[in-house]
This record gives sequence, structure tokens and C-alpha cells, in this order.
Amino acid sequence: MSILVLAEHDNNSIKPATLKAVAAAAQCGGDVHVVVIGSNCGGAADAAAAISGVAKVLVADAAQFADELAENVAAQLVALAGAYTHLLAPATASGKNIMPRVAALLDVQQISEITSIESPDTFVRPIYAGNGMATVQSLDAKKVITVRIASFDPVAASGGTAAREAVTVVAGLGISSFVGRDLAKSDRPELTAAKVVVSGGRGMGSADNFKILEPLADKLGAALGASRAAVDSGFAPNDWQVGQTGKVVAPELYVAIGISGAIQHLAGMKDSKVIVAINKDADAPIFAVADYGLVGDLFQLVPELVGAL
Amino acid sequence: MKILVPVKRVVDYNVKVRVKSDQTGMETANVKMSANPFDEIAIEEAVRLREAGIATEVIAISCGVTACQETLRTALAIGADRAILVETDAELQPLAVAKILKAIADKEGPGLIIAGKQAIDDDSNQTGQMTAALLGWPQATFASKVTIADGKAQVTREVDGGLETLSINLPAVITTDLRLNEPRYATLPNIMKAKKKPFEIIKVADLGVDITPRLKTIKVSEPPKRTAGVMVPDVATLVAKLRSEAKVI
Ligand SMILES: Cc1cc2nc3c(=O)[nH]c(=O)nc-3n(C[C@H](O)[C@H](O)[C@H](O)COP(=O)(O)OP(=O)(O)OC[C@H]3O[C@@H](n4cnc5c(N)ncnc54)[C@H](O)[C@@H]3O)c2cc1C
Ligand SMILES: Nc1ncnc2c1ncn2[C@@H]1O[C@H](COP(=O)(O)O)[C@@H](O)[C@H]1O
Repeated sequence: MSILVLAEHDNNSIKPATLKAVAAAAQCGGDVHVVVIGSNCGGAADAAAAISGVAKVLVADAAQFADELAENVAAQLVALAGAYTHLLAPATASGKNIMPRVAALLDVQQISEITSIESPDTFVRPIYAGNGMATVQSLDAKKVITVRIASFDPVAASGGTAAREAVTVVAGLGISSFVGRDLAKSDRPELTAAKVVVSGGRGMGSADNFKILEPLADKLGAALGASRAAVDSGFAPNDWQVGQTGKVVAPELYVAIGISGAIQHLAGMKDSKVIVAINKDADAPIFAVADYGLVGDLFQLVPELVGAL
Repeated sequence: MKILVPVKRVVDYNVKVRVKSDQTGMETANVKMSANPFDEIAIEEAVRLREAGIATEVIAISCGVTACQETLRTALAIGADRAILVETDAELQPLAVAKILKAIADKEGPGLIIAGKQAIDDDSNQTGQMTAALLGWPQATFASKVTIADGKAQVTREVDGGLETLSINLPAVITTDLRLNEPRYATLPNIMKAKKKPFEIIKVADLGVDITPRLKTIKVSEPPKRTAGVMVPDVATLVAKLRSEAKVI
């Protein structure tokens, strides 16, 4: 039995989410291989070969894979699928985009966002915004899976000495092209990997006011997050959204500020180890999941908290 | 150009659903059902493209039980021109829905399918991508902006780290993210008009697609319960507790 993990990478390095998918793959049992599909992706292939526990790294290096177009990447992955019982990718924006396409081409029903592995064909995944945990058994011969990264500890990025193999490259489909990218640069930890997350909601009032969370995040070494309402209102960028339809996080400490605690938001953070909520409404539902609640005006309490840390 | 919009009937997003005591699924009897919120956004986008003269017809399609008719009426009231119900009482998983959508697309020949990115009940986030794969069409998922010109769609997508823009050939599949648009409310006159719009019901068996579920649900259990902790009177107490009790700072 061999398992193939689709690496998420930027051609030079491997994204941490891949280490979690490898951890999940190892739990499925069998040899774990990683495939790097990219363009001038030698650096990423080196990094993949160093991942602890990886037996082999497949490399598909060609221009048509430069921008992770789902059509081209899926076609390549399908061409490699024959030898494997399981195909896994992290449930990131990228994995969610590509893997269902792979599954359909293989006539397989994908298992999305697994949070644990019961056996090689049986998995647990959240449904209804995490209000239910479904144990599902796949009846397909091949399993196509995305892995909820908040639910698995990463394997070590180093220590591995996997063999590398350049695979036959599948031609691009030529039906899609990349136009541009508008990515925010940040020195803060990545939201889904951070040990501490500070999130703001509609209560922040404006994009300018949202900035009062920065000194707090600095003191705590935290990533910044947001509720949907804060993102929709333009206080915070889209990829800060925590929740059912945004990112799922499980840090050591989650600080929710001016967030009411809608089901959809809770779905993205309720597995955090310690939750702190600051809200002026003592009846806000966020307090029902908070370990420590502080009732009051955030514009007074946040600067006070920064001062006390 | 026709636009096909799949609309799923789901438990309303305001309802807190619970696990059934026998662990066979979620308690969905007698709760409020609505159109999946992402699908309302999809209908709105399609209707705007028709209003802009880019699309000629917006066809809403739902797969499932008879009561999906209600969901389709909502889509018609927002502005879809016509509705198709592919009726079945059987459990439908994303691959099966994608096969149905392919069969309908083969028949209707739309230039675009706009689906939701995710159904808020099964949280699969698969159907749009699968439909694109089965049709051999390109896809642009998690869309926050769509422009159509010269036989192509330029789509801005919400991805990790920010936004990216793709150009995809038509026909194509697009899936909606939350910030693509804000769906209009269905007005009473439009709800009345919706009742007169063409409405076709197709039996799933007549499409000749295999909808057999591939995932067997063994059980559905409660997520780990979180209980409320303590309220602290002030910032000093909070910091003290985070240091000495929780030991997270
Ligand atoms: C399909 C769908 C998907 C969704 N996905 C997500 C998702 O992924 N993530 C998500 O977060 N939401 C999601 N939502 C939205 C969700 O339902 C809520 O609307 C949203 O989480 C509310 O955000 P909020 O708590 O910031 O705003 P509100 O509910 O408006 O709460 C603001 C809070 O701030 C407090 N406040 C105001 N001023 C102050 C002050 N000066 N000091 C202290 N407290 C103050 C108020 O008391 C209030 O509790 C989704 C909704 C739908 C329909
Ligand atoms: N039974 C269904 N009927 C119509 N559309 C559906 C159905 N199931 C899924 N869809 C569409 O596929 C999208 C994604 O669903 P899912 O892959 O289940 O998360 C939804 O937002 C709908 O647009």
C-alpha cells in the first residue's frame, strides 16, 4: 500500500500544511510518497525529500504548473494515481480547489477535511459547521482525501532522505491561464500555524480601529484573524476570516475581540486550547465557549491589555 | 449564453442543528430549510450577468426531494428564468450531484455554471470542481469578482494569502465566495411572478446516471463539548490567569 501526498509549495519551499498532510498519510498506513508539481520547483523538491518519514518524492517540473492551475495539476495527479491507494492534500484553498477535480476524474467520492483516521477506509469529518462529527467509510477502491490541518500535528520538516524521481509530465490543458496575484506580505505567523491568534469582529468598527489589535498581536506573537462581518465590512483582508467557510484554527490561545460568536465563527476556532473573549455584551454567545471572559468596551480594554503584557 | 445555477436545499444557517440521539445523523425534522447561502449569491451573480446583457437565460437546478421546489421558487423570485428539479429521495453525495449536473449541462448547453463553493450542511466543497472535471471544463473556485468578455471569464479568487485572478475559457464552472455580491431580497411581486415561471421536474432515473453513495455514514457523534469558563473582572486578573492558570503567555 502506498499513499501519495500532494505538496503545497511555492516552488522553492514546502508550505507547513504539507507536513500535516504527511502526518495524516502516515496514519493511513503504508509508504508515504510526496509529489511536487510545479515549475522550476527543485527547491521545493529538495525540501520535500527532507520531510521525515517520506519514502519517495515524485517531481513534475514544467512551465504549465507554474501557477497551480487546477486543470493542469489535477491532470498530472490523475496520471500518477494508479500506483496509490490514497491521495491526500491539505484542506487549504489550494487543496480544496484541486482535489475534488482529481476525485471526479478518478470516479471517486472525495472525503473532505478529515479530522481523524479510524482505519485505512474510515475517517472522521465535521459536518454542519462542526455541530456533528461524521464517521464515514469510503467504498471506493481509491481514497481521495483533504486533511484539516488544525487537527494534525506536523511531521518534522527535516531528517528524511527520500529518493527523488522525475515523472513523465502531462501536457497542460490550455483552457485556463493565470492573470495575477495580490498577496499580502506579513511578518506575523501564518494564521493556521500560529500558537496565538487575535481576532477582531464587527465591534472593531472600522479598518483604522482594527489596527489597535496590532500591538496586542505583537506582544503575543500572534497571527491576526477576523470574523466574516469584519472582512465583509472591509476591516480585514479576506484570508483572515476564521470560521466554517474561512480558516479553521486551533491555537494554544485564541482571543476574540468584538465578536459575537455565531455558529459559523465558532466552527473555525472552538478547538483552540484556551479562548479569551472581550465583548461589551455580557450575553454574547462567544462567552459560552470562552475560558476567560471580559465584559467591557474593547477600545478601553485592548490598550489596557497591551499595557499589562 | 445560458447560465446554469445549482441550488441546494439546506437547513437554514440560523438553525443550530443537533446530532440525533441514535447517532444516525443530524436532527433535521421540522427545522427551517432555505437555499444554501452561497447558491443565492450564485443566482444573484447569474441574474446580474443577464441584466447586463451577457447572459440570455438563468436556469436554476436543484437535486433532491420534492420540497426542493420551494428552494427553486426562491431562486426564481431572485430572478432566475426557469427551474429544473431533478427529483429523488435517495441520498446524494457531491459526485452524484456532479454527474446529474453534467447530464443536464449536456442537454442544455450552458456557457457557464455558477455553483456555491460549499453546502453548509455537508461542508464538502466539491460539487463545482467535480462538475468541471466531468465536463472537461476549466474552473474558478471561491470567486469574489467575475467579468465576462471575449469567450472568457476573468475571475478573482479568494485564496490563502489574499487574492488571485485567473482567465478561463468558456464554458466553465465558477463557484462563489461570500464577497462576490450581496443577493437582493425577493420582493412580493417577484415572488408572485416566480409562480408563473417555467418549472420542469425530471426523475433522476431518466438521466441514466449512477448516483449510488460511495461514502457510508457509520455514525454521527457530538463534537467535544466546550463549557463556559469564568468571567474575569478586569485586565489584571485576565493576565494573571493566562500566566499562572492557563500558562499560555
Ligand atoms: C454561509 C455563511 C457562512 C458564514 N461563514 C462565516 C465564517 O466562516 N466566519 C465567521 O466569522 N462568520 C461567518 N458567517 C457569518 C456569521 O453568521 C456572523 O454573521 C458573523 O460571524 C458575525 O460577526 P461578528 O461577531 O464580528 O459580528 P456581530 O455578530 O455583529 O457581533 C459584533 C460583536 O461586537 C460586540 N461589540 C460591539 N462594539 C463593541 C465594543 N466597543 N467593545 C466590545 N464589544 C463590542 C457586540 O456586542 C457584538 O457581540 C457566515 C454566515 C453565512 C450565512
Ligand atoms: N443536491 C444539490 N442540488 C443542487 N445543487 C447542489 C446540490 N448539492 C450541491 N450542490 C451545489 O454544489 C455546491 C457545493 O456543494 P458541496 O460540494 O456539497 O459543498 C452547492 O453550493 C450547490 O451550488
